[in-house]
Amino acid sequence: MTVVRPGAPHARLLVRGAHVLDPRSGIDEVLDVVVLDGRIAEVAPAGSAAVPDGAEVVDGAGRHLLPAFVDPHVHLRVPGQEHKEDLETGTRAAAAGGFCAVIAMPNTDPVVDSAPVLRALRDAAERDARVPVAFTASITRGLRGEELTEMAELRSEGAIAFTDDGKPVVSAGMLRKALQYQRLAGAVLALHEEDPALSGRGAMHEGEVSALLGVAGIPSVSESTMVARDCALAGYEGGRIHLQHLSCMESVRAVEAAKAGGVKVTCEVTPHHLCLTEEAVRGLDTRMKMNPPLRTETDRQALIEGLRSGVIDCIATDHAPHARDEKEVPFEQAPMGTTGLETAFAAVYTQLVVPGVLGLGLVVERMTGGGEQFGLAAPRVLEGAEANLVLVDLDAEWEVGEDGYESRSENCCFAGQTVRGGVLLTVAAGAIAYRERAFAVVGA
Amino acid sequence: MRHLLSIEDLDRAAIERICDRAGSFAEVADREIKKVPALRGRTVLNLFYEASTRTRSSFELAAKRLSADVVNFAASGSSVEKGESLKDTVLTLNAHKPDVIVIRTPWAGAAALVAEWTPAAIVNAGDGKHEHPTQALLDVHTLRTRLGGLDGLSIWIVGDVLHSRVARSNILAFQKMGASVTVCGPPTLIPRGVEALGCDVRFTLDDLAEADVVYALRMQHERMDQAFVPTLREYASEYQINGRRLHPRQVLMHPGPVNRGVELSGEVVDSPQAVITAQVEAGVVVRMAVLYEVLASARTGEPVPEPAPA
Repeated sequence: MTVVRPGAPHARLLVRGAHVLDPRSGIDEVLDVVVLDGRIAEVAPAGSAAVPDGAEVVDGAGRHLLPAFVDPHVHLRVPGQEHKEDLETGTRAAAAGGFCAVIAMPNTDPVVDSAPVLRALRDAAERDARVPVAFTASITRGLRGEELTEMAELRSEGAIAFTDDGKPVVSAGMLRKALQYQRLAGAVLALHEEDPALSGRGAMHEGEVSALLGVAGIPSVSESTMVARDCALAGYEGGRIHLQHLSCMESVRAVEAAKAGGVKVTCEVTPHHLCLTEEAVRGLDTRMKMNPPLRTETDRQALIEGLRSGVIDCIATDHAPHARDEKEVPFEQAPMGTTGLETAFAAVYTQLVVPGVLGLGLVVERMTGGGEQFGLAAPRVLEGAEANLVLVDLDAEWEVGEDGYESRSENCCFAGQTVRGGVLLTVAAGAIAYRERAFAVVGA
Repeated sequence: MRHLLSIEDLDRAAIERICDRAGSFAEVADREIKKVPALRGRTVLNLFYEASTRTRSSFELAAKRLSADVVNFAASGSSVEKGESLKDTVLTLNAHKPDVIVIRTPWAGAAALVAEWTPAAIVNAGDGKHEHPTQALLDVHTLRTRLGGLDGLSIWIVGDVLHSRVARSNILAFQKMGASVTVCGPPTLIPRGVEALGCDVRFTLDDLAEADVVYALRMQHERMDQAFVPTLREYASEYQINGRRLHPRQVLMHPGPVNRGVELSGEVVDSPQAVITAQVEAGVVVRMAVLYEVLASARTGEPVPEPAPA
């Protein structure tokens, strides 16, 4: 079992008359949904489901009930950086954002590169996590890019995938060995694509805005050349790779070509790369500093198109919390990263669905499918399926950050923006993981 | 003007006002007692996170000629080396109640950030590779003094534009004053996207004759380690401003310190076209004008009245 499931009590719940939207199951209508014993017990015409004994009845009228989201890319900062986030706050943020499962990155302190570290982490998650969590382990020891970790042992200890996220595997030879070793260890390799010889000390996208600000740039080709290289290596070795947080047009094209050539590659895009561009960096707000950086409008459009066409498989937040004092420094000194779990759906809904750029169904598909390449099935609204549901009010307007965050950190690139789409209730693995404070429950 | 953070924030009228006031302060330097009481009792704090002798002493001199008290706070040998954050340093220095903080850091945007943390007026003395607004103002002042104005001038900025805050501030300032700007240098040292600032880009000095003003940038030796140019010898052969390339009608500028034999040949440094020492002189009076401007507006909250003709 790669996923650690917190032992929260199962909910007994009837969501009455919500608009259920589950594109994978072909559902797009107003229905009753009953949750019992961790599963979806009944999906019935609106108003027809009987209230199970002792169940809460939730008024779904005017609201949408969706399969809950899966985030394949979060930083929970445990072990070692609990001042930024921990398993409880990070998964609470996930639940508040409508996520029923997250995959945590191993660039912690110490790095998750050995079985004992992984084992301790999984034990802690069983105690602290609010939603199911899976953990990745690093490809190379200490993320140094020099020696492989004991992948076979880590795999049997529950590593869901391997990644040096935060850093690229710089050496093509090292990545090739990891791809060869994948035949023994299994598990996908998730890759942060960046050629440090090109990105150097860059702190933002290399372009007009960096030229104006005099801030060293990170060119798009620092990502896309590595995307192309790693797709070639994966193709040659027959390996399976997942490319993290694509940020530019050239990368989308490289993945498209690789997929057309039969390479087993999947990839993700973040809400911030879908919604923001280098323009957001003009004021040198450190919340806008992330790696890969926010790029141009052309890149943003290519990412949206990639998501629509399916070249990009899923939306991942790359939730990267940092403490206030770490971000309250000059831009070039600030660490890379933005939080994203609590705003992912609302940001994408507001920026892309409301204006009609993407359909809600497509966004739901891309936000629920993030675990598939890691062996986690996308949540469905089907009788008998594990209950992973999110009830949202698409008309709810709120200002990001106004009421604080569930995350321990507040470095959110959408802070201050007014967004639409509020999560009212999240059911993860059959348990209520989040309930909006003001959200009234009717019946008993 | 509450702060001086960037040339980007200024319009032509503000640049002219500061230069005019600098002109009116110029005669102070010629007095036996080089001091006026304009800022008596005010405290100017120089907060320098980068080694700087020229800019810092120019500010110090400017403040002293206006009778302000000056405190120099250099990052080395201070709590900064013990790991104190910029914000904590500023909060600590606030307790000394400075009226102006003149700040230089290696980080873009730091001056603007500090302005949020202190009631003092902030003067940006260089923030990373972003801007160096007082340098641009003194360069404009120097050109106005020498040529009367910048309208219609063609100004070439030659050298390492990539790493130069002077270039960025000057591109903006010269254009605001009506000049057209061309940047020229090795392709490795011209930032991608720089055209967005409104300047032309050239990679050779072939058309240098079209320039009215040639502004050479300092070629920093440390760039050699990063292989931006193969050798300083090749750099000099392609981009050095020398007697063969500089026309007698052209004005030559340089922010200092000069690497003789690299970006400039010795003979042009000493030529009548060079206004390099005039730039240094302008530095003090322009900084006097800037300090006066931000302090006067901090006091009254109102625009500073036009200076009397010098």
